[in-house]
Amino acid sequence: MEATKKENNLIVSVSPHVKSDETTSRIMWTVSLALLPAMASGLYFFGPKAFFITALCIVSSLVFEQAYMKIVGKKSVTGDGSALLTGLLLGMNMPASLWSFSPFTVHVPIVASFVAIVITKQLFGGLGFNVFNPALIGRAFALISWPKAMTIWNEPTAAFLAMDAKTTATPLGVLKEEGIAKLIEIFGDKMSLYQHLLTGNRAGSIGETSAIALLIGGIFLLAKRYITWHIPVSFLGSAALMAWVFGGKGALFTGDPIVHLISGGMMLGAWFMATDYVTSPSMKNGQIIFGVGCGLLTMLIRLKGGYPEGVMFAILIMNCFAPLIDRGVRSKVFGAVKQDKSKEIKK
Amino acid sequence: MGLATFNRGIHPPDKKTLAAHSPVTEAKPPKIVVIPLSQHAGAPCKPLVTIGQEVKKGEVIGEPGGFVSAPVHASVSGTVVALAEFPNAMGRMVNSIVIENNGKEEWTALKDSPDYMNLPAEELKEKIKAAGIVGLGGAAFPTSVKLSPPKEKTIDAVLINGAECEPYLTADYRLMLEKPTEVVEGLKILMKVLNVNKGFIGIENNKPDAIAKMKEAAGGAAGIEVVACEVKYPQGAEKMLIKAVLGREVPARGLPMDVGVVVQNVGTALSIYEAARFGKPLIERVVTVTGEGISEPKNLMVRVGTKLSDLIEECGGLKSGSVKVISGGPMMGFAVSTLDIPVTKGTSGILVMPEAEITHAEEFGPCIRCGRCIDACAMGLQPYMLSILSEIGHYEEAKEFNLFDCFECGSCAYVCPAKRPIVQLVRLAKSMVKP
Repeated sequence: MEATKKENNLIVSVSPHVKSDETTSRIMWTVSLALLPAMASGLYFFGPKAFFITALCIVSSLVFEQAYMKIVGKKSVTGDGSALLTGLLLGMNMPASLWSFSPFTVHVPIVASFVAIVITKQLFGGLGFNVFNPALIGRAFALISWPKAMTIWNEPTAAFLAMDAKTTATPLGVLKEEGIAKLIEIFGDKMSLYQHLLTGNRAGSIGETSAIALLIGGIFLLAKRYITWHIPVSFLGSAALMAWVFGGKGALFTGDPIVHLISGGMMLGAWFMATDYVTSPSMKNGQIIFGVGCGLLTMLIRLKGGYPEGVMFAILIMNCFAPLIDRGVRSKVFGAVKQDKSKEIKK
Repeated sequence: MGLATFNRGIHPPDKKTLAAHSPVTEAKPPKIVVIPLSQHAGAPCKPLVTIGQEVKKGEVIGEPGGFVSAPVHASVSGTVVALAEFPNAMGRMVNSIVIENNGKEEWTALKDSPDYMNLPAEELKEKIKAAGIVGLGGAAFPTSVKLSPPKEKTIDAVLINGAECEPYLTADYRLMLEKPTEVVEGLKILMKVLNVNKGFIGIENNKPDAIAKMKEAAGGAAGIEVVACEVKYPQGAEKMLIKAVLGREVPARGLPMDVGVVVQNVGTALSIYEAARFGKPLIERVVTVTGEGISEPKNLMVRVGTKLSDLIEECGGLKSGSVKVISGGPMMGFAVSTLDIPVTKGTSGILVMPEAEITHAEEFGPCIRCGRCIDACAMGLQPYMLSILSEIGHYEEAKEFNLFDCFECGSCAYVCPAKRPIVQLVRLAKSMVKP
């Protein structure tokens, strides 16, 4: 589209003639790098199964993207790192228990990758044009299609090569079915519960369990200015508020916001899924609306819905609104409002 | 309290060291000059000479074609050899007068005014107009028009733009170091013409020596203040500089005079002084010839109409592998397709870039809506949205996203990780709808 013609061997193009060294693929690789602490934690607690599932998601995502581009005759874009990041996020959002041959559930991550890459991303026009977060649609599809397989949770073991882990319920599952008292009882006391939730020593999806590791990655992205505080803080803040006000049994203002913040997919969702550039608003004030919406919907589903966890659906619902928010929220154009604070000049 | 500045903006590497230490030297007198009759914003000039006519240096060869216009003068003495259309830096064909230099350097009679500060304001303004002075920062807006605000606009400050925020360029920097007194005199003349008693000189803080020199030169003068500004592009854009120095926000789609300010570039101030003091018309200006692709970067005093090829030759020629020659700076300059085009009043630099320094424009990706352009836009726009709407042909909708507030500084395209040609898309949209 840009006319770059060579005449007298000189290149002619429209200004600016210099560009920053930031690239789309560098962003994708950096976000992937930021996920490594949480991934390492997942591998530590869920063993080789976690590795196999994540690797399967990444490889499937890359293969599906490469194949799709080949079939439709477009230039390969697999090198931009976006499919790799989608695969990684998808894997981190799956239970390690899926690596099972009897009953056979190994196809689940493969189908989820197909849904994420081909249906959610490429059929909508590819990177930048997808309405929904591809990894989350992949996961949602899997959860709806194989509800049982997707909710078998292995107990975390620090035994690195253990392939046979006991199954158990997630903390949010216990919270939903039996209440906070039972949850505390399982972990001994409240401090021990927090400790397990922070370190990741609890049942859950591969990459979601360690709040600390996710926080490290999130802060890294903040420091690198790849994300801003707007979405994570408004997401976590509104969820915490909801948890505190409505999360208690019986009386208002008796809920435990901390348990809600560091359990389920809250940290992974708030720092890495809701902050996806393409599927979240671009304007800062729009991002706050988006984040608050995610937080409120997450807690509505957790407290009143049929599922124990609501992060995934909350983000997906807000994804629908992102383009709308972007069109509704306008920036303040320079000079749009008269300024009165100008320096007085004595005549 | 930090340095004076505006909101958002970008920090490209300034690359000024390439030419910063080279004092301004006279460029070799060109053998031939091509003087476009339209080198300013506004109406083109009407030619006053015919082919074969002898002209002297400083002689008027084109008269203003309207109120918003400025006369052009012969920059050499010699013979008019052609009167025809020639390409300018933007690639447009413009009527131009070609003069062959006879090497005699004969000046036309100029009116010396040693006591120029005692001349009435109207007469000073007339001198500025007759000298063909336009904004030398790049936009080349006729100065006399800026000095004739409508009656309902009250001007209370003159601001000299010494920001020189375009990377690579050092023309204004050298002038501030070498001719600070003349620049301050130019400012005083402007203040007198506009009947204001407050003058400011805004300079980016990466030029501490220029700030010191200008402070020294302005030392005794009442009402003149030198303001150090944060190093941030586009600090030298009129609206941004006014915001930084005076804290005033020019209304959207408005002009500096709407907030009582007239802004003039450092080089313009010098030309104003020379016009008032010596009656010297604008026939030469400082041009920074620089970039990684030029052998000897220099700051040259160049006659208007000198071809780019002459200047590049004088600076040791193009290094092998040079692929882009830009008239102006890297952020807003025009890439030229031939070196056969002339320096005009608005040419602040000639930048030669090798392959390694450029991003090939055709390799751009889809917008990932990362929002970096929003954080860069000094005008508070949503450049990504403009680029997307323009790309799909929704030009009217782009207008709703304040398309016409964009002054094409290029900050958005600079930060874009997908390397999208946002400025090009904005220009396309602007050309497709009425403001």
